[in-house]
Amino acid sequence: MVMRTPSLLACARRTAAPRVMRALRTTAVLAAPALLGGCDWVVMNPSGDVARQQANLILWSTGLMLLIIVPVIVLTLLFAWKFRHTNEDAEYQPDWDHSTGLELIIWSAPLMIVIALGAMTWISTHALDPYRPLGRIAPGQRVAKNGKPLEIQVVSLDWKWLFIYPEQGVATVNELVLPTNRQVQFRITSSSVMNTFYVPAMAGMIYSMPGMETRLHAVLNKPGRFEGQSANYSGAGFSYMHFTVDSVDDAAFAKWASEARSAQQRLDMPTYAQLEKPSEKVPAIRYAAVQPQLFDRIVGMCTKPGETCMQATMMKDGAMDPHRDSGHGMTVNDSGHMRGSESKGALQKEPEEKGSSPHRNAPRAPAPGSSKPGNADNRSMTAADPLPAPITGLTAADRS
Amino acid sequence: MSEATIPPGTQAPVFYETDEHHHDAGGSTMLGFWLYLMSDCLIFAMLFAAYGVYGGSYAGGPQPHEIFELPLVALNTSMLLLSSITYGFAMLAMNDGKVRAVQGWLAITGLFGLAFLSIELYEFSTLIQEGAGPQRSAFLSSFFTLVGTHGLHVTFGIIWLVTLMVQVGRKGLIAANQRRLQCLSLFWHFLDVIWIGVFTFVYLLGVLR
Amino acid sequence: MMSDALLKTIFGRLTLDSFPIHEPILIGTFAVVAMGGAAMLAALTYFKVWGYLWKEWFTSVDHKKIGIMYMILGIVMLLRGFSDAIMMRAQQAMAFGPNEGFLPAHHYDQVFTAHGVIMIFFVAMPFVTGLMNYVVPLQIGARDVSFPFLNNFSFWMTTAGAVIVMASLFVGEFARTGWLAMAPLSGLDYSPDVGVDYYIWSLQIAGVGTLLSGVNLLATIIKMRAPGMSLMKMPVFTWTALATNVLIVAAFPVLTAVLAMLSLDRYVGTHFFTNTMGGNPMMYVNMIWIWGHPEVYILILPAFGVFSEVTSTFCSKRIFGYTSMVYAILVITILAYLVWLHHFFTMGSGASVNSFFGITTMIISIPTGAKIFNWLFTMYKGRIRFELPMMWTIAFMITFVIGGMTGVLLAVPPADFVLHNSLFLIAHFHNVIIGGVLFGMFAGINYWFPKAFGFKLDKKWGTISFWFWVIGFYVAFMPLYVLGLMGVTRRLRHFDDPSLQIWFIIAAIGAAMIAVGIAAFLIQFYVSFRNREALRDWTGDPWNARTLEWATSSPPPAYNFAFTPVVHDLDAWYDMKSNNAARPVNGFRDIHMPRNTGAGVILAGLSTVIGLAMIWYIWWLAALAFVGLLAVAVGHTFNYDRDFYITAAEVTTAEDEHTRQLTGHAAVAGA
Repeated sequence: MVMRTPSLLACARRTAAPRVMRALRTTAVLAAPALLGGCDWVVMNPSGDVARQQANLILWSTGLMLLIIVPVIVLTLLFAWKFRHTNEDAEYQPDWDHSTGLELIIWSAPLMIVIALGAMTWISTHALDPYRPLGRIAPGQRVAKNGKPLEIQVVSLDWKWLFIYPEQGVATVNELVLPTNRQVQFRITSSSVMNTFYVPAMAGMIYSMPGMETRLHAVLNKPGRFEGQSANYSGAGFSYMHFTVDSVDDAAFAKWASEARSAQQRLDMPTYAQLEKPSEKVPAIRYAAVQPQLFDRIVGMCTKPGETCMQATMMKDGAMDPHRDSGHGMTVNDSGHMRGSESKGALQKEPEEKGSSPHRNAPRAPAPGSSKPGNADNRSMTAADPLPAPITGLTAADRS
Repeated sequence: MSEATIPPGTQAPVFYETDEHHHDAGGSTMLGFWLYLMSDCLIFAMLFAAYGVYGGSYAGGPQPHEIFELPLVALNTSMLLLSSITYGFAMLAMNDGKVRAVQGWLAITGLFGLAFLSIELYEFSTLIQEGAGPQRSAFLSSFFTLVGTHGLHVTFGIIWLVTLMVQVGRKGLIAANQRRLQCLSLFWHFLDVIWIGVFTFVYLLGVLR
Repeated sequence: MMSDALLKTIFGRLTLDSFPIHEPILIGTFAVVAMGGAAMLAALTYFKVWGYLWKEWFTSVDHKKIGIMYMILGIVMLLRGFSDAIMMRAQQAMAFGPNEGFLPAHHYDQVFTAHGVIMIFFVAMPFVTGLMNYVVPLQIGARDVSFPFLNNFSFWMTTAGAVIVMASLFVGEFARTGWLAMAPLSGLDYSPDVGVDYYIWSLQIAGVGTLLSGVNLLATIIKMRAPGMSLMKMPVFTWTALATNVLIVAAFPVLTAVLAMLSLDRYVGTHFFTNTMGGNPMMYVNMIWIWGHPEVYILILPAFGVFSEVTSTFCSKRIFGYTSMVYAILVITILAYLVWLHHFFTMGSGASVNSFFGITTMIISIPTGAKIFNWLFTMYKGRIRFELPMMWTIAFMITFVIGGMTGVLLAVPPADFVLHNSLFLIAHFHNVIIGGVLFGMFAGINYWFPKAFGFKLDKKWGTISFWFWVIGFYVAFMPLYVLGLMGVTRRLRHFDDPSLQIWFIIAAIGAAMIAVGIAAFLIQFYVSFRNREALRDWTGDPWNARTLEWATSSPPPAYNFAFTPVVHDLDAWYDMKSNNAARPVNGFRDIHMPRNTGAGVILAGLSTVIGLAMIWYIWWLAALAFVGLLAVAVGHTFNYDRDFYITAAEVTTAEDEHTRQLTGHAAVAGA
């Protein structure tokens, strides 16, 4: 791999924060060739302010650590060469095994680095806490006092992403459109297993977890199309769980939202029930309207008729105030209904219910997804074909 | 022989223990058993932790004060505490070298243990019949697992105890058997201590809550 | 035709479909393995070595033989775990755009799960346990471990776990959850097949072995040190073994408990980690990492111990800063329990919690850094002989600091937000596990092999293996750092962006180089065995080493030391050599030794049956095997006749032989 030094320096100049510890800056620049190699690496050269600060933090931490790593590597090689067996000239002191001065340096040098890093960690972790609304849109550009963040509700479904725009009253699947330079508050949950919501160009990742809500505040500073994905393995269709992120100006965003509102489908409960079932390689879908409170019902695990929302169960149990801001606290999935746990424990099963477990390469019937896209069996088997039509084309019968 | 190892010098260091004293075969047994018990203790610690977390997750199902019968549990606790005392008498008899007495006290200990288990099983079956089985809620899952794991330990303790009664009968109170009795003693009292934790943390606090 | 209910009662969910009868390649593999196995069994029978293997090895309670068997288990499983790695690298190198690669998701997901499980539990753990088993009693001047039978039993339980994992290759399937089987994905709702059950039972059974082996070695180190060996005169490897076993005893019960809860969820229908009915998957994540992080140190600490011994020996110099080395080990041991949350900064903990765990993680780098410096200053003013163990050590020092640096980087929560679950993370932990643990094990194998077998390992093939491994490692994993910084995450089996492909191809080339390294490693054994006469070491101390294990013959007699050594200094053997301590050549006595027993093999065999029966829901068989297990265990306690004496005459014969070797070859050895 050829290092292109000028562009690297330019890269470092763009990424490093100005006027902080100039001495360290040199180190960071020196570190760049080792670690960076190019500016097209999205994590190191992102388009959102949060990810930019995280990238800078990587640079500064690496620079700090190189202060100790580089001497160690150099000294290792140097000592190995100098004190080689065949070098009779080198000093040999077989009983020299202690030096208080050296010990002091050995322990205090890493300690100093860790103190510096620790301070940096404490400050940056609080400043970049994903739950905390942003203080600035870009370096030097504070969030306007009345600038309410755009709220987007994110739900990871079996192997696609659902984005609900409560203000705009629309929802999309596998398509995220954001207004450039506007703070976005993501409220994140999952319908079944854990995933992580990750748009490398925008900000760090955060888990989406069933029955729990996590949050992320972020902003995209550049217009353009970016990639998002799930970063936590969630089953057979995981590899295709990516989505596009479009950063557009306010006017284009408003236009897009009104277009979405004229889409044919509405995301009501029956549609959601269909959508929630496992499927993979799902192309983008837009919904003109969304069932009110859908996100809260997903968090409360009560999207099916007859299910008690866990907020209500908790109220009954007296364990937790359901109206409390779910902030950092972990809610317990206290649903009162046997939802998702239809499967009995193995020991409770009648012999006939034991099922079978074929060898991984045994020929399986064609994945149920190919004929019945919503079949839950798709979870344990790859539904190999893309399924745009069945989901978008729900009939009236499906809804009832 | 050992003279050969002494180098010229003032203080003569010895480098080999030529006059070796006989090592006791079970020298590390008690330490090893302690270490094992501590690891077992950690399993219980995790189960207690799980109960601590899930203790309020009733999932709309029954709550502790609705299902725990303190008098029954108190009776149960007394069975286990008494069994610890009788085990203590077995150990005293062992120190006196009385084989029959050891066996007798062990038998009584075992009976108390069985009584404890029977009451626990009765409690479990009642709960399950009332619809408060381990599948009902995370609270009940963790309750059954914690108490059940303790009960399983008592069960194995009783099997061990019977085995030891037979072995003491066959071989008498030889060193190996004495060591085994000591290990079982640790085990039995350990289960007692765990149960006191269960009684306080699960039952008493559960009903008070 | 039997009714379905009856069939299911007898065979559980095992059906003909569970066997790979539809798959010519696997059937072929299986046939070859079966025929090879049959041929081997026939050969064993023909040469009448069954009795030998059973009597001298399988039932042996000798810590040295058990140690060697652990190492063999580790090497065999390394081959399996590495073939998984090759399959992953190949899949990721080719699956771009329209090309779906050669592994469907169903298969690929098992491959990466099996790779992780096997490499950690059945490669790294047996290597570490094997080395400790072999070396620790010798290094502290003991005749065996505290509980020799338990040692044999522990080994066979570990093997039983490995057998269960291997069985999943041919019958049914392995878990498709990732190596920690995170809930709720691993729950019955989302993984109804046998895979996760294979996972649970193999780890539970192997875990029993690991835990008991930890108790055993701990008691050994505390109780059985040679007279004079105070704690602060213990060799560094023994110190690391002590710390590791403390970690094992204090961490593995957590794994046992969490897996037990997961199995209750799956078998009884409880709600610990389910999404509903009050269950909480976060609890699983927390508990598994409370075990999982100490596990990392369980693996790395003994490797640190190996490097300490090797550095001191091959620099012909006392270890620098022994006291600070020991305190560094202890600090790491304690801090290992205070960092687990750094594995899930991204699950929404508060900033203060994240900072706390981030900073405790960084603090671990201080004692680790101190250790690196101590090795560095042991080299300083030494006379460094570049034998294989020392080469691995230097490769380790350079590689490990890089891995350590990226590790500290991942400990900064905001940085972790962009690097978590990315290939950067994968590169990091391979950097420390290969560059730390595995290099350490190779150093240890090359270092102690002559002690175990009486001849050195071939240097030429060892060097070839070394360079292919080291360069292969860098070629395979540096691209993953780059990919991680490009935002590529882990466990993906297909990619859309063609510009990434080149990096995966480079990584695959690196994996191929490592394959050559492994092949050379195996050839090294073969060549060394063939040339064993030329490589023979008669002195028992081929490296001019410093600790007690080198004070006896190679291979050591069953009783290790005819007379227990007395320790006056940290480098006890070096101290003896420099004081010209003469080895006693007469006045031998009877030596009290434990007797071999087959109970361990039988108990572990029955445990395997229980595991397999539970996996396949064959309740009657599980119950039967469990009753059998109980009966054998109780029956074993009725056997009081567990020891015997090696007579003074036998000891005299063995020791005289060693005396002849020493005098006959003293000139050659120049010791």
